[in-house]
Amino acid sequence: MSRASFFKTFLLTELLQGMALTFRTLFRPKVTLNYPEEKAPQSVRFRGLHALRRYPNGEERCIACKLCEATCPALAITIESDVADDGTRRTTRYDIDLFKCIYCGFCEEACPVDAIVETRIHEYHMEHRGENIMTKDKLLAVGDRYEAMINADKSADARYR
Amino acid sequence: MDFAALWNSLPDYAHSGVFIVAVTLVLVVSVAMLTLWERKLIGWMQLRRGPNRVAIFGLLPGLGQPFADVIKLLIKEVLVPAQSSKFLFRIAPAITLVPAFATWAVMPLAPGFSIANVDAGLLYVLALTSVGVYGVILAGWASNSKYAFLGAMRSAAQIVAYEIAMGFALVGVIMASGSLNLGTIVEKQHGAFLAWNWFWLFPLFIVYFISAVAETNRAPFDVAEGESEIVAGFHVEYSGIAFALFFLAEYANMILVSALISVFFMGGWLSPLDGIVAADSALFQIPLLGTLLNNGLHWLVAKTFFFLCVIIWLRATFPRYRYDQIMRLGWKVLIPVTIIWIAVEGLMVYFKIGPWSA
Amino acid sequence: MLVQILFYAFATVLMGSALGVILSRNPVHSALYLVLAFFTSAALWLLIEAEFLAIVLVLVYVGAVMVLFLFVVMMLDINVEEVRKGFTRHAWLGWLTVLALVAEIVGVVAVKQLGIDVTKAAVPVAADHSNTAELGKVLYTTYVYPFELAAVVLLVAIVAAIVLTMRKRQGLKLQDVGAQVATRREDRVRLVKMQAERRE
Repeated sequence: MSRASFFKTFLLTELLQGMALTFRTLFRPKVTLNYPEEKAPQSVRFRGLHALRRYPNGEERCIACKLCEATCPALAITIESDVADDGTRRTTRYDIDLFKCIYCGFCEEACPVDAIVETRIHEYHMEHRGENIMTKDKLLAVGDRYEAMINADKSADARYR
Repeated sequence: MDFAALWNSLPDYAHSGVFIVAVTLVLVVSVAMLTLWERKLIGWMQLRRGPNRVAIFGLLPGLGQPFADVIKLLIKEVLVPAQSSKFLFRIAPAITLVPAFATWAVMPLAPGFSIANVDAGLLYVLALTSVGVYGVILAGWASNSKYAFLGAMRSAAQIVAYEIAMGFALVGVIMASGSLNLGTIVEKQHGAFLAWNWFWLFPLFIVYFISAVAETNRAPFDVAEGESEIVAGFHVEYSGIAFALFFLAEYANMILVSALISVFFMGGWLSPLDGIVAADSALFQIPLLGTLLNNGLHWLVAKTFFFLCVIIWLRATFPRYRYDQIMRLGWKVLIPVTIIWIAVEGLMVYFKIGPWSA
Repeated sequence: MLVQILFYAFATVLMGSALGVILSRNPVHSALYLVLAFFTSAALWLLIEAEFLAIVLVLVYVGAVMVLFLFVVMMLDINVEEVRKGFTRHAWLGWLTVLALVAEIVGVVAVKQLGIDVTKAAVPVAADHSNTAELGKVLYTTYVYPFELAAVVLLVAIVAAIVLTMRKRQGLKLQDVGAQVATRREDRVRLVKMQAERRE
């Protein structure tokens, strides 16, 4: 051990330097957000809870093409379809298992009619077994409720697509 | 019958009993507050805010956190592993806790006051702190778990190693004050800031501080828990209030060693003005301010708090030592340093240098 | 009166734990009983106002020796059956030891009864008398040479223990922590300036 490093070790200089650093940090402004009151900014591309959208006239967008089901890497989507009363092809069942879903957004990309989207909602929870399955009704309800937000997000992102 | 007369009419053991209960209560509350303070301080040093959700009566955010933790741990189930040694498993947390509290009996709390004025007080302190390791060893062995056992083994070897450095550092203190009585040790440091033991015994002070941190199994010497290697070390198998007792013991030990460092090296309850300003000066006659500046319990509390902050500060700064490095530091660095400085101090005493010139 | 009650209480615990040391099947339990025995004997010593010895007993035997003992006992997987094999064969040795011990104790007690002035009853001293200081004075004046001699013997024992374990083993790879810490970048990394080569 060289003489310089001997003194460096014995006089604890490096340790003191480290402690000086933490001491300075003590007075620096804190980066923590007080979460429920403060929130970090979100991108319009944020991929959170799913929703099924409708056209402005109230008609379901989804045409049961099953592209989303086919592309889903986690096999989270289950679709069954039938011919509706007005002769159009509609889904009779559209389930997304939120436990399987990896929030990759492929379903959204695959959808030719922008029916299935992922919204910015990320603060949701389940209290009972089975609530992790988002049924068609639930997805449509989310879409109806947050249509304004979804519309704004999609149109903000549209110019980059 | 007024209060003072009633108090004086009580027998000695009643007085001691009251003080024991008072000190214990204060300690338990301090431990609770210390857990919060540690999380806050480390949070700030890591650019975080620390716990600030549980408030009591809307005051000071985070103040209720320790109580919330205690309630949570109290209502949790205490699991006893099937193949464990049941009696030892249950008694181990208590064994770690008892010495941390019992040592306060000889602590000189205020000028001329300690609960028990023991002549061999310093030995009593050493003896009790060395008993604390049994809790850790028994917890590790009784759990009948490999991780717990490894933690216990590490802790045993570490505490035995650092006890020696600690004892040698205290030999220097004994040489400086010529007494094993903690009260006398404080009184012998009479004088201003530089008259306290830390100045002439600086290497011993540092060694004692390091080994005190190691003795309490605190970061950067917390290999007994070492969560990155052996999950949680000796208390892996503990849950609920038994786990809380280990926590309580760890923080009570932190408070204890901080108080002991202040007593041994920082003049305990002595005020820094002591020796600069005459004891009968007008300054000490000013109400409140005079009391604050004069010797007293509050100086011991302030110094203890300072050392607690330094220990937390160490934890926020340094990564954990590797086990062989801990052993090397204890046996090959700290012990030689203390032996050399004891020899130097012996020469200083012999040639009447420094504080021994009188 | 209180002292007597305490004495008998501690003595009972001491006897019980001493029996526990030899009777328990688990070596770790034996070691722990021994710790309890040390503690209670320390308490007994406190009763006769030998506080220095009592505390040192706890400090040295409970705090250090027994910890290492436990350390070893826990690590060793002792086969109790193997140890018990020679029990009846060596029983005569045990009985002999017991007889010798009993004879010694009876001897000590009998000497007191005979009125021989070898073991005077200790004279109680004033409460402010420091046992520790007295002991220190005697050790460092009257008995300084025996004391230092004992210290040297212990030092020799320590050196011997270290020498026994410090043999150089072949092919052992040890790291020099000091060298590791003192390593600088220049010792390990060499920057080479080279002209860029063109592929033909």
